[in-house]
Amino acid sequence: MTKEYIVGPKGDKPKSDLRITYSKNSKSLDISLSSKVKLMFGKSIINQAETICKDLGITTGTFLLEDFGALPFVISARMEAVIKSAHPDITAESLPEIKPCSIGKSKRGRFRRSRLYIPGNQPKLMLNAGIHKPDGVILDLEDAVAPAEKESTRYLVRNALRVLDFFGSERMVRINQGEMGLKDLEFVIPNNVHLILVPKVESADQLKSVDNKIDEITKGCGRVDPVFLMPIIESAKGVLHALEIAEASKRNVALTIGLEDYTADLGVVRTEDGKESLFARSTIVNAARAAGIQAIDTVSVDIEDERALRASAMEAKALGFDGKGCIHPRQIQPIHEEFAPTHSEIEKAKKIILAFDDAKEQGLGVVSLGSKMIDAPVVQKAEKTINMAIASSLLSKNWKKNE
Amino acid sequence: MIKNSIGRMIPGEVNGVKQIPFKGVAKYKPEGLKAAPPIRSCSDYPTDGNKVVSSLQEALKKCGLKDGMTISNHHHFRNGDLVMNQVFEIASEMGVKGLRWFPSAAFPCHKPVIDHINNGTIDWIEGSLNGPLGDFASGGGMRGTGVLRSHGGRWQAVQDGEVHIDIAVIAAPTADEFGNATGDRGPSACGLLGFGLVDTLYADKVIVVTDNLVPFPCLPWQIQGQNVDVVVVLDKVGEPEKIVSGTTKLTRSPDRLYIAELTAKFVKAADILHDGFSFQAGAGGTALAFAIYLKEMMKNAGIKARFIRGGSTKYLVEMLEEGLTDFILDGQTFDLEGVRSMRENFGHVNTSPFTSYNWHGKGNFATMLDVVVLGATEVDVNFNANVVTHSDGRMLHGIGGWQNCLFSKCTILPIPAFRDRIPIIVDKVTTVVGPGELIDVIVTERGIAINPLRKDLISATKNSKLPIRKIEEIKAEVDDLIGGPPTKPELTDEVVSIVKWVDGTVLDSIYKIKEEE
Repeated sequence: MTKEYIVGPKGDKPKSDLRITYSKNSKSLDISLSSKVKLMFGKSIINQAETICKDLGITTGTFLLEDFGALPFVISARMEAVIKSAHPDITAESLPEIKPCSIGKSKRGRFRRSRLYIPGNQPKLMLNAGIHKPDGVILDLEDAVAPAEKESTRYLVRNALRVLDFFGSERMVRINQGEMGLKDLEFVIPNNVHLILVPKVESADQLKSVDNKIDEITKGCGRVDPVFLMPIIESAKGVLHALEIAEASKRNVALTIGLEDYTADLGVVRTEDGKESLFARSTIVNAARAAGIQAIDTVSVDIEDERALRASAMEAKALGFDGKGCIHPRQIQPIHEEFAPTHSEIEKAKKIILAFDDAKEQGLGVVSLGSKMIDAPVVQKAEKTINMAIASSLLSKNWKKNE
Repeated sequence: MIKNSIGRMIPGEVNGVKQIPFKGVAKYKPEGLKAAPPIRSCSDYPTDGNKVVSSLQEALKKCGLKDGMTISNHHHFRNGDLVMNQVFEIASEMGVKGLRWFPSAAFPCHKPVIDHINNGTIDWIEGSLNGPLGDFASGGGMRGTGVLRSHGGRWQAVQDGEVHIDIAVIAAPTADEFGNATGDRGPSACGLLGFGLVDTLYADKVIVVTDNLVPFPCLPWQIQGQNVDVVVVLDKVGEPEKIVSGTTKLTRSPDRLYIAELTAKFVKAADILHDGFSFQAGAGGTALAFAIYLKEMMKNAGIKARFIRGGSTKYLVEMLEEGLTDFILDGQTFDLEGVRSMRENFGHVNTSPFTSYNWHGKGNFATMLDVVVLGATEVDVNFNANVVTHSDGRMLHGIGGWQNCLFSKCTILPIPAFRDRIPIIVDKVTTVVGPGELIDVIVTERGIAINPLRKDLISATKNSKLPIRKIEEIKAEVDDLIGGPPTKPELTDEVVSIVKWVDGTVLDSIYKIKEEE
């Protein structure tokens, strides 16, 4: 029997995806299709498959396409993945044209209140991820993807980065650990990923290898826009090395923690109360602050429990975190609301900013509010509060006019 | 074929009946008298009031079942109906040919009807064609042309004499031997029986079929025994779990929830939410979620509705019980909580297509609603919408009350911008079921499009911060994502069904699909 290469989702009812079964030995190129949208898109799907074969130099073989309403970028990712699983030596790529929505830039200090994890092998969930307006969308290559699908998922994530609109959310990818993660970078760095989440970081060296690989790739592809890093600390060792990790790369913009793995490493139960992780979380916040980057809290895994989510976000804010992870779009709004400044925080920040403006106008070197002197970090913090109040629609952009 | 006022080609005659092309919304006003059933005499009916006969077969014989008749029924038993397949089985055994079936809707459980079309018992169906029946009819399997009507249009057609019903078969969850019947109790309780009301008023003969016979009087009498010829008692008339669901399920799809929330925000921004307002939302996942978001907004703003148009669901029942609305006007009932509440709470009002939807009457409730939320399979850039065919040309759904509801003060269609690879916004809908002038707002996850005719809504929501965009813009964005608009299905020029407007004129034709080679 000839070997069959299969790529794509399992089961009878995947959505917006495509499963391909490919076998090499055939004298001609034979592409057959079953699709629920065959009447409307059958010809277009076959044409696309043929074009990809041509691009990759495939002239013979049997392709069985089982389509479940996949979009063109998914079809090309699945085709390329199945062909390359059978012909690992092929270096040519079949890249969908990069869309204008995919070329936006990010900023080092932008808000990262919420970051939404999307499994990298589930196109259906990617399509509208940005619509829910998380501060960041993470296309996950790591834990959400089964080992057998790791390779093929890279093509999907690469193509998604080229064509999908994330509506202003920061474009993030979580790579795999170790060598596999370095290989992942080759797929995403040239395609305007904004930020890489690096899992299970335990040492500065580990991060440096990622850093070096990014140097190499950006040089090769001519990328000039910065690539940001967010190391994820998920072990006792990582926690104890938090500062050296936070300072290990200039690309670091935030430090985050994964409590599922961390509590497992400690051999304790993860509780809602979270006493077992207080040391780790405080360590992360302090290391991040010391390195001048953001600190981002872990995800809440129970998507039904909004009360627990809000309590956890409120606590994270109190501990000094700048944001929190999400695994479901429903978690985004509550997180934004909890991280939004309170009325008294806003009022205080307004006073500080106005006093600062006043001092500047009068050419004073020292800012004071009433009898208190105000230091630069306090002004910076006030600015941040004002910006977040504006982003949370709690304050008008032109608030100074009304003061 | 004739071209109607919206440029669609329609047959001049269907099933031997001359057709009037659609002339525009509220342009066609027929004159004359309504139809009426024959005069009857009490002397022909038992004075003790006992109209029970021993079997369905005897009932059909007593009602004179013969070739070419029109047999009707209501669809309150939805996919749990156990009666109509038996009726046609009996007709088939009796050797009756050429029937027209005129249900208020048909369901997948009625698949055996295809056999009865194939064996000549039934020639064609006039009623919603979906599931297996839709596929069968789309392939040109009927001897006769399908006629799709709205719930209100069905009443209008019977009332205006377009359709004469010979025998109406009314499945009733509870009835007495005189023929009084109700839907709100009994093992097959379905809520109400409003869809069958017109049948009992205008048919030559009426059979009530029940599995829960109670001594006279059956109260409430949603159906009056004075209109009933015979009563049949069966062991079981319906499968309860397929009649109403245990609980109606909310959508869990984050995209659908987002669309529902956006819809509720639009209603608020457009200033539709005010004390004493009214709305209608169906039992679809998005519509239910809309009602829940709206409920929160009403609570926060201290606003109470005067009435909500059901189908009752547990969510609407909660609003009634929490005092957020004075009344629920029920057309049907979707879950057990709805049925329970209907029995217990005086805030429920039974309605029928006559009170809610009939266009040829002295007004109806649908036009009085402040806002209604409906679904659609396709919408075009002129806001014309389709609810009966799929983009591949196959018949998919009935019209239900959809056309009738378009007359509300604000009609909103919350729909995903694309389903898998199929876009919802197209250049030209496969079938026009709702004229664009009546469809005010499309809410998708990629933006809200307001019909340019609704300048009031545009200006009311101008500063709302809602993602309001041109419909063409949303379409272009989606077309780009899906790799261009889909190829149109290849259709023959054979009309398998027509789509009626609420006034009985013909809005569009549905064509037979070309067989795949």
